[in-house]
Amino acid sequence: MDDVKTPSSEERKSALSGLGTSRKRVEDARFTQGKGNYVDDIKLKGMLFGDFVRSPVAHAKIKKIDTAAALALPGVHAVLTAADLEPLGLHWMPTLAGDKQMVLADGKVLFQGQEVAFVVGDDRYAVSDGVALVEVEYDELPVVTDPFKAEMEDAPVLREDIADQKEGAHGPRRHPNHIFTWESGDKEGTNKVLDEAEVVADEMVYYHRTHPCPLETCGCVASMDKVNGKLTVWGTFQAPHAVRTVASLISSIPEHNIRIISPDIGGGFGNKVGVYPGYVCAIVASIVTGVPIKWVEDRMDNLMATAFARDYWMHGKISATKEGKITGLWCHTTADHGAFDACADPTKFPAGFMNICTGSYDIPVAYLAVDGVYTNKAPGGVAYRCSFRVTEASYFIERMIEVLALKLGMDSAELRSKNFIKKEQFPYTSALGWEYDSGDYHQAWDKALEAVNYKKLREDQAKQLELFKSGKSRKLIGIGLSHFTEIVGAGPVKNCDILGLGMFDACEIRIHPTGSAIARLGTISQGQGHATTFAQILASEIGIPASDITLEEGDTDTAPYGLGTYGSRSTPVAGAATAMAGRKIRAKAQMIAAYLLEVHDDDLEWDVDRFVVKGAPEKFKTMKEIAFASYNQAIPGVEPGLEAVSYYDPPNMTYPNGAYICVMEIDVDTGVSEIKKVYALDDCGTRINPMIIEGQVHGGLTEALAISMGQEIAYDEQGNVMTGTLMDFFVPTAWETPNYETDFTETPSPHHPIGAKGVGESPNVGGVSAFSNAVHDAFKSFGLTQAHMPHDHWRVWKIAKDLGLHN
Amino acid sequence: MEKINVSMKVNGKDENLHVEPRTLLVHALREHLEYTGAHIGCSSSHCGACTVDLNGKSVKSCTIFAPQAEGAEILTVEGIGTPDKLHVIQEMFKEHHGLQCGYCTPGMIMRSYRFLQENPNPTEEEVRFGISGNLCRCTGYQNIVKSIMAAAKKLNEEANVEKKEIA
Repeated sequence: MDDVKTPSSEERKSALSGLGTSRKRVEDARFTQGKGNYVDDIKLKGMLFGDFVRSPVAHAKIKKIDTAAALALPGVHAVLTAADLEPLGLHWMPTLAGDKQMVLADGKVLFQGQEVAFVVGDDRYAVSDGVALVEVEYDELPVVTDPFKAEMEDAPVLREDIADQKEGAHGPRRHPNHIFTWESGDKEGTNKVLDEAEVVADEMVYYHRTHPCPLETCGCVASMDKVNGKLTVWGTFQAPHAVRTVASLISSIPEHNIRIISPDIGGGFGNKVGVYPGYVCAIVASIVTGVPIKWVEDRMDNLMATAFARDYWMHGKISATKEGKITGLWCHTTADHGAFDACADPTKFPAGFMNICTGSYDIPVAYLAVDGVYTNKAPGGVAYRCSFRVTEASYFIERMIEVLALKLGMDSAELRSKNFIKKEQFPYTSALGWEYDSGDYHQAWDKALEAVNYKKLREDQAKQLELFKSGKSRKLIGIGLSHFTEIVGAGPVKNCDILGLGMFDACEIRIHPTGSAIARLGTISQGQGHATTFAQILASEIGIPASDITLEEGDTDTAPYGLGTYGSRSTPVAGAATAMAGRKIRAKAQMIAAYLLEVHDDDLEWDVDRFVVKGAPEKFKTMKEIAFASYNQAIPGVEPGLEAVSYYDPPNMTYPNGAYICVMEIDVDTGVSEIKKVYALDDCGTRINPMIIEGQVHGGLTEALAISMGQEIAYDEQGNVMTGTLMDFFVPTAWETPNYETDFTETPSPHHPIGAKGVGESPNVGGVSAFSNAVHDAFKSFGLTQAHMPHDHWRVWKIAKDLGLHN
Repeated sequence: MEKINVSMKVNGKDENLHVEPRTLLVHALREHLEYTGAHIGCSSSHCGACTVDLNGKSVKSCTIFAPQAEGAEILTVEGIGTPDKLHVIQEMFKEHHGLQCGYCTPGMIMRSYRFLQENPNPTEEEVRFGISGNLCRCTGYQNIVKSIMAAAKKLNEEANVEKKEIA
């Protein structure tokens, strides 16, 4: 050994592929070879299929359901209706938002696509035949799709089950179609400032209804093993442990007899957080038939029935001095929740973290009120690639800033800069009560403006405007600015829970005798590459190469309890748990090393992958040696083995932020827009894997592009879904998607063990504002202040027409 | 519904199926032959996750019935490489982070496989148009395009080496 030169610390560090390295993904071997294991790939012996009869109408009484013809069909085994679920108490289920939701239509339907009956058969073809033969008689009722009409005196009552309840899960209800009023901030103080302000901008900002639309739809395989009394459910679950607890509570099956497994998930983006009737029906059908049942929704089911996002009408007032110092912000939001309040928010936050709507700005006083209402639309309200309602909040403030800049006649880049929270103000408590942990907004903003040569962009824009005005061109240029502050990593147990479950997360590590390891977490990757990045966190903490660490998630029988993956919470919460569990391993390893080296614990120091005797670098024990010793040495006062578990309750949220700039060229006569440039600077704190961060930013920006430029769940007045297929629901292809320039600043979170803040959702939050602001900016010299998204070709053409630009 | 016999060659292996005539090719591949690489994202020919190679053309396997593939030679993502020797396109998707959740990946790779034979020296724009029948929700395509461009380069280098060796 002596003649072998010990590699330097740097060489050993590099061999770990730890924090900060663009490690290639370990997931990719199986995915590129078609060997992923998604829920629809699961095939169990004797497995049957199930699918829904869905309502073709948006609001109706159900007069009769006739299942005889379907049941007579060979290959159809059972048809479940609410009447079959009622004796089990499962015809309704609790929602994540404290409301309840019909599993199968109980006397009436409230939205198009609602689940009415569940047909079980040999295969999806037989089931499809059965679905077609179930006869349902509907007695149609008046439909409400406009949230502002929902609370009118003569509005039809949607939820007859709770029509007389004056108190909801979140306080008083003032109308049968009213769900809650949620307030935050200083109402009187804000009104006073607005009344006395030199300048006030007043605008209605609509963030339309859209849908996460992951490429894999939702589904599950439920298998009730009657011999052992054990229920196993494989499914598209972003939060498998929470699903287990909920399943136990509503089914009365003891929690230890339920095993929830999230296999590979084909994208989630919030769509797979909720508990859906399909899961409940598959479980009941498996109990009834005694065989495994698979339910996988098709694309139309997915877009029509499972978890929409947004649908917030945000009326804002923002005040400032003539010089552009913002003095106050007021917002009233009308939130269209659809037929049931199934929003996926922490319990105490019925409008999520909408009260981050003061954004990146130092606003002295603010007030927010949100009214949730029922309409004849699908339930949901999930956070589509953002933390709870954060993209709504960020879009709201970034539009209000633009509107205020117009009113002040000031460049909106300058207005932002003038009002950013300053570096020295962190930790900063916002007017609506959040403690922003860290940031350097001016640094990011200046870097962004310089990177795109902002001054030159404005000059080019002005030149193009002249060409347009002189009739030499029919194109306009828009420059879309956006600075966002996310609030992610929910969250501290003291104020964040879902159905009473504190939003901590956990990691359990076992070091094997030969010095490799397995780590298990309560999160579940849906493309984020957790198996790659969490191993990197651990590699840096315990000095075992990332390639020697297996990472496992998604099986509630093996993983420690955790609240799952959404709201960019995996890195801030589970990533922290991983680091903390790693530190416990290292603490025990230090005791073992001290014993082996016959020194006191304090005489040792950690050096990348080993403990070294201080002042005697030739005396050391590597983690590999320590691991083996932990299994074969009887060390006084130290238990054998090398394992640790950490449950991490975050002390605060993390606040990723960034500066995005988009340059767009718009053809005034066709409404067609062309993206000329997208620059995205992110500050997600410590960067674990730059390659993966960049990939996340590309993906989030593309979803932002989709949302702002065309993607929506649209209803007509009868409650028909107008965008229920990928023909109508815009998902950009490679052809429409531009190349992105990514950049970063790095301001570590002061309270996170490794300083990481999370990044997956930032590009959606910052991107939507950048794209939408570019459209607005192109037309601002013609008097446009606000045009609602999505800015598809027709709507952009209409802006130009309404501004008289076609004459 | 009465079942019929269908024969096809999948990844070089002769397969005989006894299926309802309405069985979609993607279900025949996934559920009867257990090639689960081809995925279902829409069942309406929009997303391309089910793309396979059929008689030398890219086909969305949810678009045709299994009996329409009678006698056909089909190649799926499971058939273009082995765990020990991945196809260059598979390698490049790994190398350039051309995938995230992996759901679109088999279709994307199979479309790239055919596209690069149709156009071995594509521009970036041609790649973007060439894969515009395949949707991805995670990557924003930038790294997929990068992967395919890198694969084109590598495949051409390999072809040149082969030519030289023959000469």
